[in-house]
Amino acid sequence: MSMMSEGRPTQPLAGAGHSVATFTGNRALMLEEPLIFESGSAEVTGVDLEPVPAHASRLGGLERKGAIGLPGLAEGEAVRHYTRLSRQNYGIDLGLFPLGSCTMKHNPRLNEKVARLPGFADVHPLQPQDTVQGALELIHELAEWLKALTNMPAVAMAPKAGAHGELCGMLAIRAAHEARGDARSVVLVPESAHGTNPATAAFCGYRVESIPADARGRVDTAALLARLGPDVAAVMITNPNTCGLFEPDLKRISDAVHAAGGYVYCDGANFNAIVGRVRPGDLGVDAMHINLHKTFSTPHGGGGPGSGPVVFSEALAPFAPLPFVVEEGGRLHLVEEESASAENHGQSFGRMSAFHGQMGMFVRALAYIKSHGADGLRQVAEDAVLNANYVLRSLDDLLSAPFGDSGPCMHEALFDDGFLKDTGVTTLDVAKALIDEGFHPMTMYFPLVVHGAMLIEPTETESRARLDEFIASLRGLAEAARAGDAGRFRTAPHFAPRSRLDETRAARSPVLAWTPAQTAE
Amino acid sequence: MRYYSKDHEWIEVVGDVVTVGITDYAQGQLGDVVFVELPAAGTEVEAGKEAAVVESVKAASEVFAPVSGTIIEANAALEATPDLVNSAPEGDGWFFKLNLSNPGELEGLLDEAGYKAFVETL
Repeated sequence: MSMMSEGRPTQPLAGAGHSVATFTGNRALMLEEPLIFESGSAEVTGVDLEPVPAHASRLGGLERKGAIGLPGLAEGEAVRHYTRLSRQNYGIDLGLFPLGSCTMKHNPRLNEKVARLPGFADVHPLQPQDTVQGALELIHELAEWLKALTNMPAVAMAPKAGAHGELCGMLAIRAAHEARGDARSVVLVPESAHGTNPATAAFCGYRVESIPADARGRVDTAALLARLGPDVAAVMITNPNTCGLFEPDLKRISDAVHAAGGYVYCDGANFNAIVGRVRPGDLGVDAMHINLHKTFSTPHGGGGPGSGPVVFSEALAPFAPLPFVVEEGGRLHLVEEESASAENHGQSFGRMSAFHGQMGMFVRALAYIKSHGADGLRQVAEDAVLNANYVLRSLDDLLSAPFGDSGPCMHEALFDDGFLKDTGVTTLDVAKALIDEGFHPMTMYFPLVVHGAMLIEPTETESRARLDEFIASLRGLAEAARAGDAGRFRTAPHFAPRSRLDETRAARSPVLAWTPAQTAE
Repeated sequence: MRYYSKDHEWIEVVGDVVTVGITDYAQGQLGDVVFVELPAAGTEVEAGKEAAVVESVKAASEVFAPVSGTIIEANAALEATPDLVNSAPEGDGWFFKLNLSNPGELEGLLDEAGYKAFVETL
């Protein structure tokens, strides 16, 4: 038996644990957990309520007659249920979460401490503005930071997430065209853009035309420029793009789009790779959303909510949505009514959402910005890029990097499934096997421009030691696949609370609501 | 007579009526098909433009009309059993039938041997 230097066995003893069946079905600290509907009982309640006194219902025929079917649990049981479920989950607080394009970085606890200050945590959006001057000042200060970091003159803080921000930007572009009576019907979207971009353009009523990627993983600039014309309302470009590469022609593209009467929307989801280093306003961008939940470390992926402020160029600023904070006579004022904005913002396209945006995320994002400072933010981008290149160059001899010759990558490393050719192992199998290794899988089968894509974004908050563990795991898996050990992949994950799930059946026959009959089955 | 496109559709021509589906190679690349969106009868489709959408566990992909024409019938069986696209891509898993509007477009397509050679280059 091999021993570690401390003298502990490195492998569990043969047969230990797994061959012994427990009476509960639990395995020590790994607890089986039924659905809350299966464990709860309608007769149980967490609170004692007085019986309802006799009364005449005023609901008439609308009164509910049957049982509502909600489970009843004592408070302690409810807490245990969700705590047990959370132990079967995986999150950034447990380990590396290299989900490409998602920027699953550490959420600093300082942000949380600040967000819990009662002056921020307990405010209500309908409070008189005189009583929330501090909160308005925070929104205002964050807005100024975002404008400075992007060199863009205006920002809408209300959008609630990245795709919501895209919608905000495209609505402003449509409003700008409509204001000058210019009916344009087409939005160009490169293949290297995020998948939400064409969806946003279509949702805004535009016809989407795809622009191919070149052999080096960047937008085919010649094809894009050749397609510009009086029918093109906008180009939606992701920079750095979703192959993890910087689009160096963006300024040239922007100039040409503007000359043709269109606008440039930049998907800023990958701003974390260039923050403090590149200002999108300098590249001719007219609108860009910033994912506070990516670049500025606010929580997301189940723990959100997201927040996607949108910065605007001079040309689009008049069309930005309400509300926004202005300073009037030493006092901050939230402009909420379109009539009130007639002076400077009479062309605003309206509102994106009720109230003022994700206040809790604004607090966290500003805490992150101020605790890093301008130099710290620059290092965020530098370290994110350094880590991604470390992953890329530590694996590209064994895995296949389709754009490995395109120079350094930005914040994420892209591989395809060329190294799995003739092994019988797929990208999906590798992702499942990574779960067994204790990592969240990378993004798979996206972007579509490469075959069997694996997109890995380590983020700047992983240490070299953690990256080395991940790299060693992926190298081990690649070698196992190449050595013909397809069997270990096909049924992976073996050690997760559930092994390989039937994703095809789940998609073909989705069961979206639980009924008692299903448990009986 | 059966023709193939470089976008991995096959077409079977009987008189003016053309049956369109995706090739065995295409279904293999897509993986398990879970949903197919088909054009309604009467829809005009244009060669090279999107005519249907096929969704697998991996991705949603557009299916292009290999030739122009008017849709006569969509394969209703695919609604309930999209797996026919995997099990019988070049038979019962057909997508739609159309009335060919420009027979000259057939000349731009590949024959079986030509398509086989094309797939081998991928």
